[in-house]
Amino acid sequence: MTEPARRERDRPWVFRTYSGHSSAEASNALYRTNLAKGQTGLSVAFDLPTQTGYDADHPLARGEVGKVGVPIGHLDDMEALFREIPLDQMNTSMTINATAAWLLALYVATGERQGVAPAQLRGTTQNDLIKEYLSRGTYVFPPEPSMRLISDMVAYTVHDIPKWNPINVCSYHLQEAGATPVQEIAYAMANAIAVLDAVRARDDVPEDVIPDVFGRMSFFLNAGIRFVEEICKGRAMTEMWDEIGRERYGVQDPKLRRFRYGVQVNSLGLTEAQPENNAIRIVLEALGVTFSKNARCRALQLPAWNEALGLPRPWDQQWSLRTQQILAFETDLLEYEDLFEGSHVVEAKVEELKKAAQEELDRVLGMGGAVAAVENAYMKQRLVESHTRRLRSIESGDLTVVGVNAYTETEPSPLVEGANAILKVDESAEREQIGRLDAFRARRNPTEVDAALQGLRDALANGQNVMPPSIRAAHAGVTTGEWADTLRKLFGEYRAPTGVVAREAQVTDEANEKVRARVRAVGATLGRPLKILVGKPGLDGHSNGAEQIAVKARDVGMEVVYDGIRLTPSEIVQSARDEGVHVIGLSILSGSHQILVMDVLEGLRSEGLEIPVIVGGIIPEDDAEKLRQHGVERVYTPKDFDLTRIMSEIVDVVGERHARD
Amino acid sequence: MTELGPRLLARDRSAVAPALNLVDDRRPAARREAAVLLAELEAKIGRGGAPRIGLTGAPGAGKSTLLDALVRRRRAVDETVGVIAVDPSSRRTGGALLGDRIRVRSGAGDPGVFIRSMAARDQLGGLAEATRAGVLVLSAAFDWVLVETVGVGQSEGEVADLVDTLVFVAQPGAGDLLQFMKAGILELPDVFVVNKADVGAAAERTRRELEAGLGLGERDAKWTPPVLAVSARDGIGIDALDDTLAAHRRALGAEGLAARRSRGRDAAVRAGLVARYGSFGLEALGGTEALERRLAAAPGEPGFALLETLGNEIRAALGDRAAGS
Repeated sequence: MTEPARRERDRPWVFRTYSGHSSAEASNALYRTNLAKGQTGLSVAFDLPTQTGYDADHPLARGEVGKVGVPIGHLDDMEALFREIPLDQMNTSMTINATAAWLLALYVATGERQGVAPAQLRGTTQNDLIKEYLSRGTYVFPPEPSMRLISDMVAYTVHDIPKWNPINVCSYHLQEAGATPVQEIAYAMANAIAVLDAVRARDDVPEDVIPDVFGRMSFFLNAGIRFVEEICKGRAMTEMWDEIGRERYGVQDPKLRRFRYGVQVNSLGLTEAQPENNAIRIVLEALGVTFSKNARCRALQLPAWNEALGLPRPWDQQWSLRTQQILAFETDLLEYEDLFEGSHVVEAKVEELKKAAQEELDRVLGMGGAVAAVENAYMKQRLVESHTRRLRSIESGDLTVVGVNAYTETEPSPLVEGANAILKVDESAEREQIGRLDAFRARRNPTEVDAALQGLRDALANGQNVMPPSIRAAHAGVTTGEWADTLRKLFGEYRAPTGVVAREAQVTDEANEKVRARVRAVGATLGRPLKILVGKPGLDGHSNGAEQIAVKARDVGMEVVYDGIRLTPSEIVQSARDEGVHVIGLSILSGSHQILVMDVLEGLRSEGLEIPVIVGGIIPEDDAEKLRQHGVERVYTPKDFDLTRIMSEIVDVVGERHARD
Repeated sequence: MTELGPRLLARDRSAVAPALNLVDDRRPAARREAAVLLAELEAKIGRGGAPRIGLTGAPGAGKSTLLDALVRRRRAVDETVGVIAVDPSSRRTGGALLGDRIRVRSGAGDPGVFIRSMAARDQLGGLAEATRAGVLVLSAAFDWVLVETVGVGQSEGEVADLVDTLVFVAQPGAGDLLQFMKAGILELPDVFVVNKADVGAAAERTRRELEAGLGLGERDAKWTPPVLAVSARDGIGIDALDDTLAAHRRALGAEGLAARRSRGRDAAVRAGLVARYGSFGLEALGGTEALERRLAAAPGEPGFALLETLGNEIRAALGDRAAGS
């Protein structure tokens, strides 16, 4: 065989790894190591207090500081995060939404202190609030002011930071919440249209700038394991976006109509059982979004193989980066024109997806668009339903998940043994961050801070753009909590519909019936129907798991109180007592389970309440053991996919506790 | 005297949850204890106790947001509020998702607000008996009682018997006048609220239609139900609603309130007897007419006590008949 002639290769996509933890300093060190290893862009993960606008010393921040990302409380933190990383040479993606305007302001101010003008900055603020209401849960303000903040940022960046993507419309989290490909396409498009229409309605954005605005809209997709369908999904979205640009917004320049998207491949499908298999899943999912030259992602971040177990270590992240590099540099993927053009099979599938997605999009637009379909819970209910169907088909075996519901026999994995198998955030991170915050507050000039906050208030009340006064506030030494509190006072806070009113399950299989009978029986012993409180303490907004538990509990005949996200432990205790529940189920995915669960247990004890507690989440076995020692009755992790069994065990727990009384 | 009764009447918040658990408990010993507690509370409160406001309307009309706004109003003047939120149960599984509590944030962490969600449990299509008992418990311990139920045209009648003032919450474009009339919702509510007034024209149209419809029916001369436009979300029109609730209370007067509570008592006794003993039970008592005579003959007697007395009679009669056959 002869060596094939080398064609000119396409430039690869931007390689990123979603990362950040503990402190700005620790994250900066991690970023510089990753860049040295060949990563070509940064993807900043912020901790939940930063994402929801609380300073590290706020009661709601307790246990959450530095857990799922880096804490950024003020300009000093942001400068430390990018120390020795010149911003004019970096392409930075920030997963930030409700407080996006503030973090962008800190980024601009950091650039200015490095001597980099805003116009030179490149990157993305996620800034997609609709998917926060639907799935991710780090929203703060009601939809209307949220849309205003987004459109402020669009209007500002299109002039001042022309290479910035002010919003990354995320269908990613919709798939995590259960969306089918059709729903993912339709809701992403509806979401982008809502933003564009809001920008178009502004007085300060002339009609002739709309094509540029359209050109700055970017997307963030998910790539699941059904990678052929994912290839078609990317192509369908590329075509639909082009049509929307041409027809709805009159964009003439085809370059501005290009569907630009980044990807994080699916985390939902990563399994806790036989976790090494995830490495293969990740590769296949990466193929789905890189195969099509005509619809190839612009940036890719791959999760670590062991994400379902806990926080990945630097070595785990390196493995993901190397996967991308092998795909881009070792294989011949980037040497060819589009591989699927002319394929009847792919074209038919693309058409099928486009047609169904257009119907669903029209339905949402008919209701008044994405914002209306959030407020009336339409989209949320559809997602909860799809997710329920998915989990049922895993439970029934209709959907094969290797190592989980099929081929479960396994040798012990040498990769997951030992105490250092996952990264543990140092518990001192929170204390140290609060120390830095106090020192920062003591150093700044209070008069300047007050003036900057007043300027921010005035600008917002007068309908001026949020960005310039926020950048001034960043320089003046305003903190993340102060900025967000100012907006909270003006805009109010929002609670999104939970979607758990979803239509009832019509399955009547034997296992379900059995549990239902047990629920009735224990209800007779208790004197009233078994009542459960499903709660999410802390700032973590990933409510999919809690919602599925709530729906399932209802389907087996329990009376379910679901209070939604972002509750303090004391609110949960009060609710459990006032509602008279027999059992409490807590869901925590942010890694702050230890502190939050202990606080709930402590609260129950001090109220003299003997209510059993079960916990679900991403909880390493060591921690699970500790929780059980402190009185938690059961701990469930992602490997416990059999919801019917969980329900049956809840009945056991209630029955045992009651027998003790 | 029960242990919980005096504590509730002394407004001991920590007695409220156990009392609600007790009155919901179907075990015989608990039922006996609950009957004593309820009769005791009813005797003490009589026609007083907290004003009872009902909020009803279709799902999605914004009842919870409105409830939240009303709770905030009361808390702003330092009055305490007890809330019962009723959600439907699944007919098939008996399960229920309770809540939208998520929208009621005013109570979180505030000891001046108490929220208990309840499942309707579909007892012969109606509210659980525990709901009636719960209203009584809360009205002993708090300054205000709010009851939220879902429904159009089905549960209004029952809620109307449970509260002093019934507010119907409509959403803009909820349907034309004919549908309101068909659903039979024009007769019972004392106040109509068109929520989401922020949506403009559609809200105004719905408001006008309701107003027009109300003009058609026959009504109490003392009170013409007003139709208010509010935006619970933006806090617009809440003051006016609050004033209207007070005005309705004034218009009702001591006499009106007495009539209302007595109607509620009668309804509770009827529903309670039917739920427990069915139509055979009623027969044993001498049929509906006999029951009505008994109710009329005991105007001052607490409903929960009457329910027990009549229940005992029915049991005795059924027992006798069983023994004689």
